[in-house]
Amino acid sequence: MYAQMVKTDGTRVKSLDDMEPEERAFQQRIEAGQKIEPKEWMPEAYRKTLVRQISQHAHSEIVGQLPEGNWITRAPTLERKAILLAKVQDEAGHGLYLYCAAETLGISRDEMYEQLHSGKAKYSSIFNYPTLSWADIGAIGWLVDGAAIMNQVPLQRCSYGPYARAMVRICKEESFHQRQGFDILAKMVKGTPAQKAMVQDALDRWWWPSLMMFGPSDDASVHSAQSMAWKIKQNSNDELRQKFVDQTVPQADYLGLTVPDPELKWNETKGGYDFGEPDWKEFFEVIAGNGLCNAERLGARRKAWDDGAWFREGLLAHAAKAEARRTTAPAAAE
Amino acid sequence: MSVTPTPSGDGTVLFEFLQRMGDNALILGHRLSEWCGHAPALEEDIALANTALDLIGQTQLWLGLAGEVEGKGRTADNLAYLRDATEFRNVLLVERPNGDFGKTLMRQFLFDAWHLVILQALRSAADKRIADIAEKAAKEVAYHLDRSRDLIVRLGDGTAESHRRMQEALDELWPYTGELFIGDTGDAELAAAGIIPAPESLKGAWDDVVGETLAEATLKKPADGYMHKGGKRGVHTEHMGFILAEMQFLQRAYPCATW
Repeated sequence: MYAQMVKTDGTRVKSLDDMEPEERAFQQRIEAGQKIEPKEWMPEAYRKTLVRQISQHAHSEIVGQLPEGNWITRAPTLERKAILLAKVQDEAGHGLYLYCAAETLGISRDEMYEQLHSGKAKYSSIFNYPTLSWADIGAIGWLVDGAAIMNQVPLQRCSYGPYARAMVRICKEESFHQRQGFDILAKMVKGTPAQKAMVQDALDRWWWPSLMMFGPSDDASVHSAQSMAWKIKQNSNDELRQKFVDQTVPQADYLGLTVPDPELKWNETKGGYDFGEPDWKEFFEVIAGNGLCNAERLGARRKAWDDGAWFREGLLAHAAKAEARRTTAPAAAE
Repeated sequence: MSVTPTPSGDGTVLFEFLQRMGDNALILGHRLSEWCGHAPALEEDIALANTALDLIGQTQLWLGLAGEVEGKGRTADNLAYLRDATEFRNVLLVERPNGDFGKTLMRQFLFDAWHLVILQALRSAADKRIADIAEKAAKEVAYHLDRSRDLIVRLGDGTAESHRRMQEALDELWPYTGELFIGDTGDAELAAAGIIPAPESLKGAWDDVVGETLAEATLKKPADGYMHKGGKRGVHTEHMGFILAEMQFLQRAYPCATW
C-alpha cells in the first residue's frame, strides 16, 4: 500500500441526518456508486483527504525510483537492465498520472513537492529500507508491488473519478512488475547455492516491511471509517494484509523459500493463514523518519529539486522570451 | 550465418566496428541510467530512462551481431559483462561523467547528432544485418536528437545562469568530439566495401546540425583545437574502469551464475 494512515480531519463519521442538504446529496451519490468529478461540489474534508492520499501515493512512486535505481547500473544482464529501466520509467509515469489526478483537486505539483521536501507529506515506509542485493530487486517486484496491488485493485473503484481512472492503468503495469520480480527470483532459486541464499536473505528482510505496508490494524480508526464511508477506501488494513499473506505464502513455497515467521500456520477453519504481528515499533520509527534510508531518500529528492532549479528556470525564461518574440514579431514586420 | 566478406576476409574489422557501435550505446545508456530518480523534473526522469532503454536495446542488437560475426560463441551479454576496459571500443565522449544536468544534455546532443548521421548512412549498408539494426535505431535516435537539440536551444537561450552552464559544458566536451570522425585502416576497409560510411565523411552533416543548434542557442562554437582520442582502440580515461567495476559486478562476483 503506497498510502498509509491517511487522516481525514473528522472526529466521527456523520450520519445522513446530521448532514446539510448539499453534503447529504453528495453522500447519497457516493452510496449509489456514482463517481465524483473534479468540478463537482465535495466536502472540504473529502478533498483534503484525497489530496493527502493521492499525493502520498505519487510521492511513493517517485521516491520508489531510488531503491530500484540503485541496481540499474549493476543489473546482471542486458535484458534485466532493460526490464528494470522500463519498470522504473513506469513508476515515474505513475507518479506523473497521480500528481495530475491530485492537481484536479486544486493543488499544484510544486506545492506537493514542497510538502514532500519539508517532511509534511509522507511516502510509503517501505522505501526507507535498503536494496542490498540483486535479489532485493526481485523481492520488491514480488512483495512490494504485490502488496501495492492488493490495495490498488479496489482503488480502481474509488469514488473520485480521476484517481480511480489513473489506478486502472497503474494496476495493469504493477501486475506486470510483480510477475517480473517473481521471475527474477524464480531464476535465481534454480541457480547456484549462493544465488538461492541471496533470495532467502531478501525474503527475510522484506517480508515484515511488506506486511507493514498495509498499516496497523485500523478497525477502530475513525479516519478509516470515514474513508470507507466516502468509498475512498474499500477494505480494512487487516483484510488486505490477510489476503496478501494468503496469496504470497504458496508462492514462497513454490520458490522453495521459508517465510521468516514462526507463527505462520494454515488455519483450516478460517481458510487462511494465521501469522505473527509485525514490529509496529519499527514501523512507527520508520514513519517518524528514523529508518535506515529516510535521510538519504529525502535528501536525494531535495538535492534533485535544488540542483535542478537552474534547469527549470532556464526553460521558463526561454518560454517567456519565445512568447515575447511571437507577440512583437508581427508588429515589427508592419 | 556467414560473415559478410570484407577486404581482410576474416570479419575482424567488422567485429571491431560492431563493438564500437554497441559499446557507445552501452556506456552512454549506463551513464544515463545513473540519473534515475535524480533528474531536475519528473518528465526528465522519464525521458532519460526512455533514452537509456533505447540505447540498451541497441546494445543488445549491435553486440549480438558482433558476437555472431566473431564466431567464437560469445553473446551480447558476454561481450558487455566479461571484457575488460582495454577491449571496449566506445569513444571517450560517452564515458565522460554526468556532471550537472547541462553536461549530461550537452554530451547527449553532441553524440545524438553524430549517432543519427551514422545510423542514417548505415541504413543503406551492404550488409543487410547492419542496415536492419540501423533502420530501427535511427527511428529511436531521431527522437533523442529532437529532444536534446530542443533542450540545448532552450537552456542556451534561457537565463544567464543556464547559458553559462551550457557554454561551460560545450567547452569542456568539445575536445571529445573529434574522435567520432577519425577513421583507421579498418574503417577504410569497411568503407571501401560499402559496409560503413567513412567516419570523416560524417563531419559535414554533423557540423551543420551542431552549428545551427548552437547558433539558435546563442552558444559560441569552440574552435577545433586539440582533440582527445583513444577509445576506439581501447585506450580509455580513468572513468572506464569504474563504470565496468559497477556494471560487471554480479557477473564477475558470481562467474557460474545465470540471471
